[in-house]
Order: sequence, then structure tokens, then C-alpha cells
Amino acid sequence: MKKGYFGEFGGQFVPELLMPPLRELEAAMRDILPSDKFRAELDDLLRNFAGRETPLTACPTLSAELGVHLWLKREDLLHTGAHKVNNTLGQALLAKYMGKTALVAETGAGQHGVATAAAAARLGMECVIYMGATDVVRQAPNVMRMKLLGAKVVPVQSGTKTLKDAINEALRYWIAQQDSTHYCFGTAAGPHPFPTLVRDLQCVIGRETRAQMLERTGRLPDMVVACVGGGSNAIGMFHPFVDDASVRIVGVEAAGTGEPGCYNSAPINLGRPGVLHGQMTMLLQDADGQIEPSHSVSAGLDYPGVGPEHAHLGAIGRAVYGMATDSQALEAFQALTRREGIIPALESSHALAWVLNNRGKLPAGGHVVVNLSGRGDKDMEIVREVLFREGELA
Amino acid sequence: MSAAIHTDMNDMLPEAPVSRLEARVTAANAAGRPALVPFLTAGFPTLDRFWEEMDGLDRGGADVIEIGVPFSDPVADGPVVEAASLRALENGVTLRWILDGLKARAGRYDAELVLMGYYNPFLQYGLENLAADAAAAGVAGFIVPDLPLEEDAEMRALLAARGIDLIALVGPNTSEERMAEYAAVASGYVYVVSVLGITGVREGLPPEVPQTLARARKAFRLPLALGFGIKEPKQLEGFPDRPDAVVFGSALLRHIDAGNSAESFLAAWK
Repeated sequence: MKKGYFGEFGGQFVPELLMPPLRELEAAMRDILPSDKFRAELDDLLRNFAGRETPLTACPTLSAELGVHLWLKREDLLHTGAHKVNNTLGQALLAKYMGKTALVAETGAGQHGVATAAAAARLGMECVIYMGATDVVRQAPNVMRMKLLGAKVVPVQSGTKTLKDAINEALRYWIAQQDSTHYCFGTAAGPHPFPTLVRDLQCVIGRETRAQMLERTGRLPDMVVACVGGGSNAIGMFHPFVDDASVRIVGVEAAGTGEPGCYNSAPINLGRPGVLHGQMTMLLQDADGQIEPSHSVSAGLDYPGVGPEHAHLGAIGRAVYGMATDSQALEAFQALTRREGIIPALESSHALAWVLNNRGKLPAGGHVVVNLSGRGDKDMEIVREVLFREGELA
Repeated sequence: MSAAIHTDMNDMLPEAPVSRLEARVTAANAAGRPALVPFLTAGFPTLDRFWEEMDGLDRGGADVIEIGVPFSDPVADGPVVEAASLRALENGVTLRWILDGLKARAGRYDAELVLMGYYNPFLQYGLENLAADAAAAGVAGFIVPDLPLEEDAEMRALLAARGIDLIALVGPNTSEERMAEYAAVASGYVYVVSVLGITGVREGLPPEVPQTLARARKAFRLPLALGFGIKEPKQLEGFPDRPDAVVFGSALLRHIDAGNSAESFLAAWK
């Protein structure tokens, strides 16, 4: 297999000027990541700064309704509110060991931006965040958090002014600033070695889940479910179970408003293979290979591509990729809030929505783990607007 | 002019197929000047004016014309080329429109033609069809900024089978070893990126350009074309080793966007 490929997907489709920093990063992954000193320092940060390990929470009410044992992996309880910090602490620390003094990152909803800014502040690094101008307006509270944490937030005015354009701009910045700056990529996508690096840093989710299930139930789960945008929370949950044939793996893409032909963020289900942002992967694109705008009510899933390892797991049938619509996600959001007392992120609500809407596909009487990748505090404004419009909130 | 050059080159090297691009740059150098390589985004500023400006560039003495194939997400380009690209897409430009237009005009241009664009539109067109249609349209080379050596074998082989060059790109951070890897497969000319950055957006050329050119000179037997940030001849004054060709992109697009003709841009270089 070619370097950096997962089956047919992955690779390094980048300008030649980015090959040296990507090779430098590969070398750092090989030489620094496995060292005891690095591992110990990252472990301390994850434990005592970010709040690992995260709980595995049983859901008694929904379990009774669904006829399965439903568990939630509580990444929502981490510092900065989502799984993103697992990745940013690892990459920031790695960058520091590499002698870099600054981080650049893209962000859509702002969660990765906040997690990067927090890691940079903690480790004494400079931080520049590129964010689509549309998202800067939609996600004002996260912009405020990033700025408070000392990051410079640059609104991106080009293209669709959302996440994909923020990635373009961050890549451009990295070309020019590669000597001093590490690109802290936010998801398990992009050119090799990012899909592997981010996966390895997020695998703590699946490893903990595995140990917690064995400790609590004496067995592995029958099914693990996670939402997939770029797919970092999902690959972190899935990867440690890939070799366990008894564990069914379900990724959930965002179907958008749901009517045929609507804008969506479901490239595995509705896209075709192509090349964007340094990777061969499943993409939303027109017949001429131009990238199409994506849409999801959850900004964190709003991306026209997906990490190449997911494209591969889907292609070989090891994982199943379903979809949930905006409104199904909002229903799941309310269900979890009312029935179990947990306010999930709209991204994670997609994973839960698939479970609630696919009861026939669940392992009856078995154990289902949903990765609750983030908390819903950031989504109050969106949820208020939608529910108010629908008359469910006075 | 081009027919004579081809004959000369073929006489010199009777066995090896000679790259039309290499021959054209070499001929300009033999005339005591760098080859002029303007870049123009297809369908910019309008569909009709693009073809008019193509004629103008050809009349104005362009040796090679790089035709930009627009893409929605041009990561190696600065704001000027990106804006031109998005405008061209709004104008309805597709790769098929470009190739059909060139086929209809086959034999019209004295300049050699190169298509420059990102990989995905080429990939979706189908690489085999692309090579066949590009050959029929008279295209002599491709530049694909997001297709480094690790990924380019299939496209390079399909193009080579039709006598079309895939131009290598190197820059200030490309090591001699890496350049040597490119040199083993490269043909046509070598695109030397002047700066660690994107197209356009700067006034002067960075001081390390002569070192980059010197490293490339050691690694490649092919002509070197310098691009990114080139606007006027005086930028090259004082270079110990002048590039064999100069590429203008953003500066030319700005010139055209301000209502001037492409032909008048080239006048300063003649």
C-alpha cells in the first residue's frame, strides 16, 4: 500500500512547498510521540488539565425505551467542551518538542479553535485561528473565547466563507510560516500524516471505552456509534474496535434538511471519491469536480469531505455509515436533555438520532455505546431559534 | 518560427522525442531573452474576453501560455488568482469548455499551451480522456500544484504517452536531494517558486531566489521558469543566473482586470 493510504483513500495531495513540513511532522511522530517523556507529559495534561478519563454513563430511561443497554462516552465533560482537546494538547505538545513557537488552526463551529487556543495558552505558544467569516458571525461566543485565550482570530472572506475556506487559508498561512509554526489540524483528515496523527491522539476515547465496558459489563459493546464530520471523534472511538469482529461500527453523517438534493454533509453516503485538502476521500462535488457547499444544523459536521480512514472503512464494509437529518438531531437533543439530564452538542445529537431512528438495526438486549463528543452549551442560540420557530419554546 | 525550432532540435537529437516546451524556452534563450510565460485564468474576465486576451498574448510574444483551469479551492493561490478562479466558475467555465475551445482553435496559437490547475477537476474528467483531449487540443504541458512526486506517477505516465509534459514545481525549501528525485522524471521546464508562499501578494522578490535557482540549476538539465510575484523585468536585475523563463500570473490578471489588454503587459518584457 502507498504511504499514508487507507486502501484507496488518503495520500498527500499538497503543494511541493508543504512536503518538507509534512515530512518533518512524520519524523516527529516517529521519534517524539512514542517517547516515555512525551507520553508522560501528555498523559498529565489529559488527566489534570483536560479532565480524563471521561465517564461512561448508562442511560436507564432511553435504554428501557429502546430495548438495549445504551451507554454514553462522556467527551462532553472535557475541558473546552468536546473531544477536540485530546488532539490539540497532543499536537501542541508535539509542536513544542519540535521547536515550534506557534500554532495555526482552522475552525468551523469554533470548538477546535477554542481547544487549540487553550492548548497554546497552556503551553505558552502563539496561536492564529482561521475561521470563515460566516462562522465568525454564527459562533460569536467561541470567537470571544479564542480571543480571551490569546489567539488571533482571522475571518476568512473567500469562497463559501466557512470551514473548507478556513482550511484553505490556514494551509496558505502554513506554507509561509512553516519554520516557526505547526498546523494543528482539527480532524482526522487532510494530507498524511494528519489522519493518522489525529486518530492516534483521539484513540484514547475508544481505549477507555473498551476498558470501561470490560470492567462494568465484562464484555465488549455490541455496537459503537459516533457522528462523522471530518470524523476525529468517530475514528477515536472506532479504531480500537476495528479488529473486534463482534463490535458493529456505525458512523452517522449529517443529512442536512433531508429532502432529496438538499445541501448536506454526508459525503460517504451522497458523494464521490475525489481530492480536496491534501487527501483522496469521499467528497461532495459537482460533475466537474468543483467542491459543493455543505450544510448541517451542527457547524461541526459542516464539511464537504471526510477523513480518508472513514471512506476506507465504509468502502470495505467494516463500518456502516448512516445519516441523520437536522430535525432528527434536534429531536434527539431534546430527548437526551429531558430523559437523561444531559445537554449534548448538536453534532453528537446526530449519533444519538441514528440510534433513536433505527431501532430495528440495534442489537436487541445488547450494549450500544454512543460517543457523546461534545456538550450543547455552544448550541443554545441555534436550538432556541429552531424550537422557538416551531412553537415548542415560548 | 516554431516549425524551424522543432526542425533544429530534431536535427540535434534525432533519437529522443524533444519536449515542445523545452525547445521553445531554449529558443527564446538563444535569442538572448528569457521565455515569456503569462498565466491567464480560463474564462477571465469574461468568456469572450478570455479568448481575445489569448490572441493578444500570442500576438504580444508569449512563448508559452499557462491557462488556469479554475477550481473552487485553490490552496496554492493568493487572492487575485483565487478571485479570478471563482469568477470564471461563475461565468460557467469547465475543463470541457476549455478543451473544446482549444480544440476549435487548434493551430491558431504560435505560443505553446500549458494547462495549470488543481488535481480534482482533472481526476473527475478522467485522466485517460484528459490526456487524449489535451493532445487533440494542442496542449503541450500540465502544471498541477497539488500533485507532488508521491502522487503524480499515473498522470505523468498517461500524459507522457501523448507527448505532454507534467511540469515539476520546486521552491525555496526544496532540498537538492528532492530536486534530484524530480529531475529523474521531469520534462519540459521546471517551475521554480520564488517564495515560501502563495501566488501574487508581494512587491519584491525574496533575497533567497538566487540560491533557489542555483540549487535547481545543479539538479536539473531542464530550463528553469521563475514564478510567484513576478511583475517587471527590473526585479531580475542583478541576478547572477537569470531564469530561462519568467511566469506572470497575478500581476497580469490585475492588469487585465483594470481594463488593459494582455498584449500591452508583455510589451515591457520585449
